[in-house]
Amino acid sequence: MAMTMSQKILAAHAGRREVRPGELVMATLDLVLGNDITAPVAIGRFADFGNKRVFDRDKIALVPDHFTPNKDIKAATQCAVMRKFGIEQGITNLFEVGHDCGIEHALLPEKGLVTAGDLVIGADSHTCTYGALGAFSTGIGSTDMACGMATGKTWFRVPSAIKVCLSGVLRPHVSGKDVILHLIGLIGVDGARYESLEFAGPGVAALSMDDRFTIANMAIEAGAKNGIFPADAATLEYLSAHGAKKPRVFEADPDACYSRTVEIDLSSLESVVACPHLPSNVRKVSEMGDIAIDQVVIGSCTNGRLGDLRAAAATVKGRKVKNGVRGIVIPATQKIWLDADREGLLRIFVEAGFVVSAPTCGPCLGGHMGILAKGERCVATTNRNFVGRMGHVESEVYLASPAVAAASAVAGRIAGPDEL
Amino acid sequence: MNAKGKVFKYADNVDTDVIIPARYLNTQDEKELARHCMEDIDASFAAMVGKGDIIVAGRNFGCGSSREHAPLAIKASGVACVIAASFARIFYRNALNIALPILECPEAAEAIAGGDVVEVDLAAGKITDVTTGRTFSAEPFPPFMRDLIEA
Repeated sequence: MAMTMSQKILAAHAGRREVRPGELVMATLDLVLGNDITAPVAIGRFADFGNKRVFDRDKIALVPDHFTPNKDIKAATQCAVMRKFGIEQGITNLFEVGHDCGIEHALLPEKGLVTAGDLVIGADSHTCTYGALGAFSTGIGSTDMACGMATGKTWFRVPSAIKVCLSGVLRPHVSGKDVILHLIGLIGVDGARYESLEFAGPGVAALSMDDRFTIANMAIEAGAKNGIFPADAATLEYLSAHGAKKPRVFEADPDACYSRTVEIDLSSLESVVACPHLPSNVRKVSEMGDIAIDQVVIGSCTNGRLGDLRAAAATVKGRKVKNGVRGIVIPATQKIWLDADREGLLRIFVEAGFVVSAPTCGPCLGGHMGILAKGERCVATTNRNFVGRMGHVESEVYLASPAVAAASAVAGRIAGPDEL
Repeated sequence: MNAKGKVFKYADNVDTDVIIPARYLNTQDEKELARHCMEDIDASFAAMVGKGDIIVAGRNFGCGSSREHAPLAIKASGVACVIAASFARIFYRNALNIALPILECPEAAEAIAGGDVVEVDLAAGKITDVTTGRTFSAEPFPPFMRDLIEA
């Protein structure tokens, strides 16, 4: 039977020649991930179930990134629980604030911990990011994380897939964020529920790895189980440059079955924003009118990578953040922070009036380091604009690309870089 | 396993951020989580909900983050069952893993009103709106799944 990329990876990890959509399979995991919010719950479950040792100390990653640097005593306690467990179990990839830490979904690829063909679960919904590398990766909850840490296996319902066929090349100032927001706007926040989003077509080669990470990252925002790109020359080069283990390249069969195909001509896309309070509420920036803003956040697992910071810095260079607007830039990892510093990007941001924060998920989920008051409005490169996501229940988040967020900071209203 | 209680009704795309806002995720204490359950969509929920009550909602219930705190908060609130037109996949998995009974039934999700009294027979997948007398059929869980929920 012809299979999709996702189905082939599941089959390979289930020891099967083939799998069919809807089937339940037990599969072997290459990596199990948790963070300072989800891992403590999983660690409790791990002990409740009577487990003593993790299945493989090299195949677990624990990343303190959500409420770190610790925002309060309770958050500090959660990090302490995770740290203690990591040390007791001898977890190789127990990360710590500072050092070489960062936001998990930017960090793990950067550290070479995921390779093409891997099967990854993470107790964080944006674990689907690693699909950019040609891996099958998906978010799960803390109980599944606990079982994954104990056994190295978990069950999956084999997903059907939507094929997203990309053609053309993005125009200047248009980015991967615009691609994924456009797609979510087309199919809705449950348009790919339980399914894979499999990206294909000649347009893939023209997308940078950072754009692919952004696109795969937000597959969950369409309800998808995973988003995945074919591993091409750019992927293999990225994996090699980051010291990842040997890739296993799975290609979809030419006659693989898809529930539907969505065609996107990249050259036709414009800059867009997702308006409150759903990521599918997508409109062109050029049609937004005059919407004044209070804050801009550039960062997160979606858009805190070097390419994102370059795009934002190019937009604000020599300009100033509008009076009355708070601009916050959050490089996603320590390495990205250093690289951005070497390129002079951080200086550009600070001279423009942004504050540059330490790597953290922080404001994206309304944790800390940039919370909104009642009635405030933010343009953010993050991934969710749900009610109360970044703070007060009556605050608003508009999701956008780094270039649009940067331009909006300068304009003091939602604006595209072409308008400056 | 049966449930009977009054209904709290919500629309489509109830996300985990409104089920339990992230600002409360610095604890794993289920009672504490329950105190803030549904806070950003229905500030009176925690005060009004009683043991055995039922949440009925539209499509894609539980979309968003993977926080298991969301079904935990609902369960610790005393809610006996969530009925929705459809569930987001991570929430669905998490709910089963922590033994929060859930049923997919678009017809019931459409017809049942907030404040109605609803009775649920999980083994049969039978949903009865006691207030209106209407009954609905959901796909019941297979026995092994019911064992998981009752365990």
